[in-house]
Amino acid sequence: MAVVVFSSALAQHTGGAGRVEIEAARVADLVKALCERYPGLRGHIDKMAVAVDDEVHSDARFVRLKPDSEVHFLPRIGGG
Amino acid sequence: MSERKFKQVGTRPIRHDGLEKVTGRANFGADYSLPGMLQGAVLRSPHAHAKIVSIDTSPALEVEGVKAVISGRDFPIPTREGDRQQYGDVPDLANNVIARDKVLYHGHAVAAVAATTIEAAQRGAEKIRVEYEVLPPVLDIESAIAPDAAILHDDLVCQGPAPVPSSPTNVARRTLLSGGDIEQGFADSDVVVEREFTTPMVHQGYIEPHATVVETLENGNVTIWCCTQGPFAVRGLTASVTGIELSKIKVIPSEIGGGFGGKTTIYLEPLAVELSRRSGRPVKLVMSREEVFRATGPTSAGRVRVKMGARKDGRLVAAEVVMYYEAGAFPGSPVGAGCMCALSAYCFDHFVIDGYDVVTTKPRVAAYRAPGAPIAAFGVEQVVDEVAERLGLDPIELRLLNAVQENDVAPYGPKYQAIGFRETLEEARKHPNYSATLGPNQGRGVASGFWFNAGLQSSASVHMNEDGTAIVTTGNPDIGGSRAAQAIMVAEELGIGAEQVVPLVGDTESAGYTDLTGGSRTAYATGMAIIEASQDIVRQLRERAAKIWGVELDGVAWEDGRAVPSNGAASDVEPLNLAEIAAQMGATGGPIVAQAAVSPPMAGPGFATHLCDVEVDQETGKVTVLRYTTVQDAGKAVHPSYVEGQMQGGAAQGIGWALNEEYIFDENGVVENPGFLDYRMPVASDLPMIDTVIVEVANPLHPYGVRGVGETPIVPPLACVANAVAAATGKRFTDLPISPPRVLAAIDGD
Amino acid sequence: MARMHVETTINGESAEFLCQPGESLLDALRNELNLTGTKEGCNTGDCGACSVMLDGRLVPSCMVLAPEVEGRSVGTIEGVAQGDELHPLQQKFLEHAALQCGICTPGFIVAAKALLEKNPDPTEEEARYWLAGNLCRCTGYDKIIRAVLDTAAEMNGTNGAATNGAAG
Repeated sequence: MAVVVFSSALAQHTGGAGRVEIEAARVADLVKALCERYPGLRGHIDKMAVAVDDEVHSDARFVRLKPDSEVHFLPRIGGG
Repeated sequence: MSERKFKQVGTRPIRHDGLEKVTGRANFGADYSLPGMLQGAVLRSPHAHAKIVSIDTSPALEVEGVKAVISGRDFPIPTREGDRQQYGDVPDLANNVIARDKVLYHGHAVAAVAATTIEAAQRGAEKIRVEYEVLPPVLDIESAIAPDAAILHDDLVCQGPAPVPSSPTNVARRTLLSGGDIEQGFADSDVVVEREFTTPMVHQGYIEPHATVVETLENGNVTIWCCTQGPFAVRGLTASVTGIELSKIKVIPSEIGGGFGGKTTIYLEPLAVELSRRSGRPVKLVMSREEVFRATGPTSAGRVRVKMGARKDGRLVAAEVVMYYEAGAFPGSPVGAGCMCALSAYCFDHFVIDGYDVVTTKPRVAAYRAPGAPIAAFGVEQVVDEVAERLGLDPIELRLLNAVQENDVAPYGPKYQAIGFRETLEEARKHPNYSATLGPNQGRGVASGFWFNAGLQSSASVHMNEDGTAIVTTGNPDIGGSRAAQAIMVAEELGIGAEQVVPLVGDTESAGYTDLTGGSRTAYATGMAIIEASQDIVRQLRERAAKIWGVELDGVAWEDGRAVPSNGAASDVEPLNLAEIAAQMGATGGPIVAQAAVSPPMAGPGFATHLCDVEVDQETGKVTVLRYTTVQDAGKAVHPSYVEGQMQGGAAQGIGWALNEEYIFDENGVVENPGFLDYRMPVASDLPMIDTVIVEVANPLHPYGVRGVGETPIVPPLACVANAVAAATGKRFTDLPISPPRVLAAIDGD
Repeated sequence: MARMHVETTINGESAEFLCQPGESLLDALRNELNLTGTKEGCNTGDCGACSVMLDGRLVPSCMVLAPEVEGRSVGTIEGVAQGDELHPLQQKFLEHAALQCGICTPGFIVAAKALLEKNPDPTEEEARYWLAGNLCRCTGYDKIIRAVLDTAAEMNGTNGAATNGAAG
């Protein structure tokens, strides 16, 4: 099961849970499952960049997850 | 990867576009003209904050030579459906391009005129009657967040973690990152330093003003020539703002006279499109320098409070950073990135980073080189310096004790892959400039910084000419020598000289979709596409040789630009060089072309450490930079001269930010210094030579190990200069710029 | 408004153009004569991108009225190379990577050429002060100054002695 690590800001929507295990094949599935479990996350995590196993993707929807993947959601950044 | 022996990568060929640029032939944004072209002028708001009660454009049409007049009401009502995720909020962008109901800064575009001469266009603009209901300006963070503040946007609701205001506010977003137990962290610290810092609004300062020429055809097709960092962004955003189908718009990027992030968005293009549609003539719009200052750029003014605790042994334990960044007229300051950068160079067990995006009645901020990071580093790197001072530790030693390395966890979540921060610190410590003797009133500063490399989308195509030379086309405008680097990458794979490759910047119809030249992504991401396409070319060249020799593909190897027999096949044949294979393309399968597209993850960040020596004039308060040294991890420098150029240029911009540059607004929100005389950017006599040391710790995500290098160099200088001035004067300067009056006041305070 | 007829010499050749009485030399060069190598960065005489020579004197062309060049001699970036031979400054700017975006480059080359004509062997400080009227936002000036000093050394036959080497 992939492990999602939430920042303290996002943990406000998970009842304080900072690490959540979830079964998902791709990031899109993971986001869907998370939003079902914690409806407060909707509108937040679907607009964020995602780090999967320490690689940061600006649009990670179709990135595949390994059984032991670690996932973080982070602000999107703009460059100059 | 790191063992690969490069033949072209790391060399310094003359840039391919250089000849046109040293002879004046290169065409920049304002250099295009078309037959029958009209000149345009933009009417801009004289108020920082006002409702537009009415606009009467008809008097302009009575001016001889005026052919078209437009105002905000001539554009479709912007909707969020047009949002294109990588370019931000389209309604805000549209309202920034031209005001509809409200003006939000002095200089906000209100109407535009096209006429047969620029004088007629300007006279027409002056005749337009606009009735305003003037509202109170909101000119700094304190007044923007005050309970009785005038609200810029009635529908603005703060986003982010609680507690945030729930009624309309000027705070657009809160970003919060934390870890550990901050109170415990400070309790465990032997030394705690706390200070508040401010930085003013500053402009990117590119020398070329924004310019565009637009031609519309009878079938509705639109061609836009403009100076931009992203032709595909211009296309997408102009489509959203004007309501024209994206596929009817073609954007041809000119040579670009500097951008630094400021040319990643649109200002003039939709206005010129609409004027051209209405007049049926090509229209040219060029900003004056004053318009550039009033209506484009800048980056945020910031207020940053840093509290940091450390143990006696030099180990940093806890840090709390609270940051307010001004976004200008619309939400979108780079405070989120500032939060992600603030503490990311060091390991803290306990931290809180709390950032607020605040709107004010000033120009809407645009990206500026490592957006958000220099402002954060100005505070954090000074406090790190002060912690070292309090502990009696060398500032580089303290940084080495706490520097992040591979597998450390960044405050924003993931672990670092291979990074070169420690290496930059060690090289800086070894540099002769770190032990040069200092005289009276002189001081030495150290500061570090880091920035990300965006990944995003890139494509490249490579094709062979019949004589064995190659052409590479990408959709990335070249702002600092990227074409030379791209040619080098093709040459490396093909085994030829960089001068045998022609690198081209395509337009939106001749190049595949490619995201901006920005975010330090071009050599990294577009480079990956170029290398992949070039490797495909090599495979095809081997196939052609195999066909000529009548052997299987594995009977042909590619060495030094030649097909050579391998695996014992065709051992009696002579190697075939590129020209010989290319000359037989028709007989062996037709033209040799390849393309590749990538969408890689963000690359591991680039770190830098800078050293600065200053002398402070005790009578005038003037700070003179005596020596400046930049050490940076480039992963792999493809064309070292242009890597050094990025390091030197970023350092110079940062020195200007530290010592001289600032927007000055009067109490009504009018910019008082919208020109190069009063907005003082560094000139040649302000600076010494800027020494460079390139460190190469390979980026594991790129086939050559390349990291972006363009943005990191502007992160350390603000704090580096401030630390040097502190060393020279014994005074901490927490407000930028460190201008002579401020320095004198501090010295005279003794 | 009646346009004025101006006869002048540009890059050694006689030239004529029509212009508004209040038009700047910069606008006349760019818009009437199509010599767009001279760039506009500020139109207030503060950036040097529009540097040209007027009767052998370095001026910002945005601060000169076009009718003022009647009967005088104007030198622009387009006249710096001779035939197919680059001026040594142009060659050194390329070799030293002394340009990034390139918008300030024509102005720098015109100004540096004026410097070397007046002072063939400038010190680093002299070069920096002479070129202080030209803004560059990309390079931090390091490679520009090296290119200028290296050009002087080469033209004086003291090849490379005045600089710290090509790479910087």
